[in-house]
Amino acid sequence: MSTDKPELKRKHSLAHILRENSAVQGIALISPTAIYMLIFIVLPMILVAVLSFMSRGTYGNVVYEFNFQNYVRLVDPLYFRILLYSLGVGLATMVFTIMIGYPLAYFIARSPARKRSFYLFLILLPFWTNFIIRIYAWIMILRTQGLLNTVLLDLGLIQDPLEILYTPTAVLIGMVYEFLPFMVLPLYTSLEKIENAQMEAAADLGARPWKVFLRVTLPLSVPGMIAGSILVFIPAMGMFVVPDLMGGAKTVLVGNVIRNQFLTSRDWPFGAAASMLLMILTLAFTLYYTRKAGFGEELLV
Amino acid sequence: MSEKKPALWLRIFSFLVYLYFYLPILILIVFSFNTQKLNVRWEGFTLKWYEVLFNDSNVMLATRNTLIIAFISTLVATVIGTMAALALQRYRFPGYTLIESILYIPVIIPEVVMGISLLAFFALIKFQLGLVTITISHIAFNIPFVTLVVRARLHGFDKSIEEASMDLGANELTTFWRVTLPTIMPGVLSGAMLAFTLSLDDYVITYFSAGPGATTLPLRVFSMVRFAVTPEVNALSTLWVLTVLVILLISQVVQKRQT
Amino acid sequence: MNKYKLFALGLTLSILLAACGGGGPASDNVLNLYAWSEYVPQQLLDNFTEQTGIEVNYDTYSSNEELMAKLQAGASGYDVVIPSDYTVTIMINQGLLEPLDKTQISNFSNIFDTLTGLSYDPQNDYTVPWQWGTSCLVVDTGKVTRPITKWADLWDPEFEGKVVLLDDEREVLGMVLSVLGYDKNSTDPQQLEEAKQKLLELMPNVKLFDSDSPKTALLAGEVWLGQTWNGEAALAHMENPDIQYIIPEEGCTVWYDNLAIPKDAPHYNAAMQFINFVLDPQESILITYEFPYSNPNRAALELLQTEDPQAYDAYMNFPATNPSADDMSRLKMIQDVGDATALWDRIWTEVKGGE
Repeated sequence: MSTDKPELKRKHSLAHILRENSAVQGIALISPTAIYMLIFIVLPMILVAVLSFMSRGTYGNVVYEFNFQNYVRLVDPLYFRILLYSLGVGLATMVFTIMIGYPLAYFIARSPARKRSFYLFLILLPFWTNFIIRIYAWIMILRTQGLLNTVLLDLGLIQDPLEILYTPTAVLIGMVYEFLPFMVLPLYTSLEKIENAQMEAAADLGARPWKVFLRVTLPLSVPGMIAGSILVFIPAMGMFVVPDLMGGAKTVLVGNVIRNQFLTSRDWPFGAAASMLLMILTLAFTLYYTRKAGFGEELLV
Repeated sequence: MSEKKPALWLRIFSFLVYLYFYLPILILIVFSFNTQKLNVRWEGFTLKWYEVLFNDSNVMLATRNTLIIAFISTLVATVIGTMAALALQRYRFPGYTLIESILYIPVIIPEVVMGISLLAFFALIKFQLGLVTITISHIAFNIPFVTLVVRARLHGFDKSIEEASMDLGANELTTFWRVTLPTIMPGVLSGAMLAFTLSLDDYVITYFSAGPGATTLPLRVFSMVRFAVTPEVNALSTLWVLTVLVILLISQVVQKRQT
Repeated sequence: MNKYKLFALGLTLSILLAACGGGGPASDNVLNLYAWSEYVPQQLLDNFTEQTGIEVNYDTYSSNEELMAKLQAGASGYDVVIPSDYTVTIMINQGLLEPLDKTQISNFSNIFDTLTGLSYDPQNDYTVPWQWGTSCLVVDTGKVTRPITKWADLWDPEFEGKVVLLDDEREVLGMVLSVLGYDKNSTDPQQLEEAKQKLLELMPNVKLFDSDSPKTALLAGEVWLGQTWNGEAALAHMENPDIQYIIPEEGCTVWYDNLAIPKDAPHYNAAMQFINFVLDPQESILITYEFPYSNPNRAALELLQTEDPQAYDAYMNFPATNPSADDMSRLKMIQDVGDATALWDRIWTEVKGGE
């Protein structure tokens, strides 16, 4: 390994200014993302924010008169109930993805190095098929005369077919399936960096395996769990396609409410207000949660 | 407990989870050979849908568009998203909390809202809708996923290795390529794979960013639902899954030879 | 880092392979068609290109509201769209449509007189009928032995968990309103409240709401009866002849899809040529051969009768494609409810998100 190539040494001086000031370094690294997000996320969201203070015209057009009426409409036990229910769906999905995803991520992280990325690709590969036919495949498995019931009946494990499809159980099966990779990958990412040596050291000191796990592994994997939880909980809370297709669309979730304002009632201002409120609540919660769990804590040292 | 191999119960558990991952995929593959056009029940074996697929220039074009968009958006999002993760995890600078918050927006905001806001924005600045606008939107929702995953990897990263490298005379760039990047690589790779997956399958945001002639596969399939999602789509997914699987297996074999 | 390189290589290769697959039409001589998927026969588009030299880009949407959202935000670049009746009303009112140059539609007289000048566009200034159909009652007579003639039969306790409804507030609440004897486009809060209570009584019978593909649950035997579009019913009937389509006593929805040109369409003349082209009986007949909806083109049906009497009889004798005059009198269009939309939405949300 030749570390000091002469041409790199010349570049050394160019990096001099960057080296002096860590804030400048940070800004240099963040600026491509910051500029991109400013143009393609913040500016469009400002349009949404403005829209949320307008009102709907008779034909679903936007009437440009400033008012708070949309936000007033949102203060309603009906929408509060829907929010709570959506939180429940998101939470259940998150808990199950952690329960299933954690051991799997641990398994991959403890596998021989050359097999790890193979196992990871194997997790994502099913999701490179089309969403609709993936869900239809689940419907074929779960329905009354579907694969699962046929197998269970043939084995004599059950007497009557299970009615799973179009129930909350089916929704949970589908949600966990769709979101599992978003938990496993971040978990793997942080579990993989825990050295075998760290665990062996603890084991050598006489700690039992589960104690090693609780004292060493679990704390070190917390950042991965946080990242995974954000990537699962928040989108799962807003998800409505899986609940609609596998649950029979008999419930309304936050995602439905907002979607319907844009694509059924065509009440864009009200939809904009609902999503602004949802965004502010979720953002506050996320920032609080990540800070409390010490995501990026090394900064404060 | 053996040193190299994970415990037996863990291996059995993982096998079952993989079964959960692949059960619908097996069903999907089997039904790509179904004679029934509506694809509700199994009727009989046929290879017809593969023939239909190869003669369907619309689906081929949509597949090409989808892959190009997914590839470019993943590449861009991974590079600048990783830079952002480094910045957020290691530096303090003015506007830190603001930028961190902005990065969460695409994860938080419902897809419909993001789609419509981008559409309104493109219309406002008179930007012609097409493959470019779809790619721009995909990069926007992919960046946060990459950043979050890489940040999780960077968390608790031992800076002393980097310092040691610098003490040995390596400059920042060399240190980054030789020390930092290999260490965070699993995070970067995971982030990139998630981004690629998201991009391949996105419907809502793509719908609103698409213009004439710029149809992607999810757009095509979603609008087929009302009539019939024919086994042709299963055939396409089957080919795609098998191709990637073969590439993966070859890479495993090649690696084994190398070591 | 070899595994990553190899993966990237594989990915690049597959993209290059895919990229060789073909390029989109690049000439200026194009028509950007925006329609439901599986709604315009490829043969028809090919014929059009052959005759005029104009290439067609056929992009798809999956609901009227998606179409409106796209056009409402600004120039979309599309030349021909296919909105349904109530959507036309809204689009005309919002100035989203370009008036048609009627001098260029010499084939307009091929349309049934009864299907021109409908309420949403009385002079056909903006639209020309494309296809039409209904959304009524569908029953699997293999499972339901007693005769079903009206929507009110859905409330029968014997159908607990055996009903599928469209996931569409206008269709479902409209159906309940007509069961109560009210106008399906009612804006009266009292009537809507009654409809909500009545719908809540039906909920134990509802297995699922599905607007995308209600036929799937029906064919799989998950449900026995419910509400669906005529096209869905025709497809299901082909798979399982026990599945029958009924126009119930209380009546149901009739819809008309129309060809129209969005405001500022980049290729107006090509769009006009296309509209006139598809009204040609020889071309229109292709639609009827391929898709199970009703054809508004009188000349095309006459042509079908002489060319293929068997297909003609099948078309005429199936209530899903050809309702009788008596049935027709009980059909009613969905109309935009204007400011009452918020009330409809709230009631729908309450029914589904109630407890």
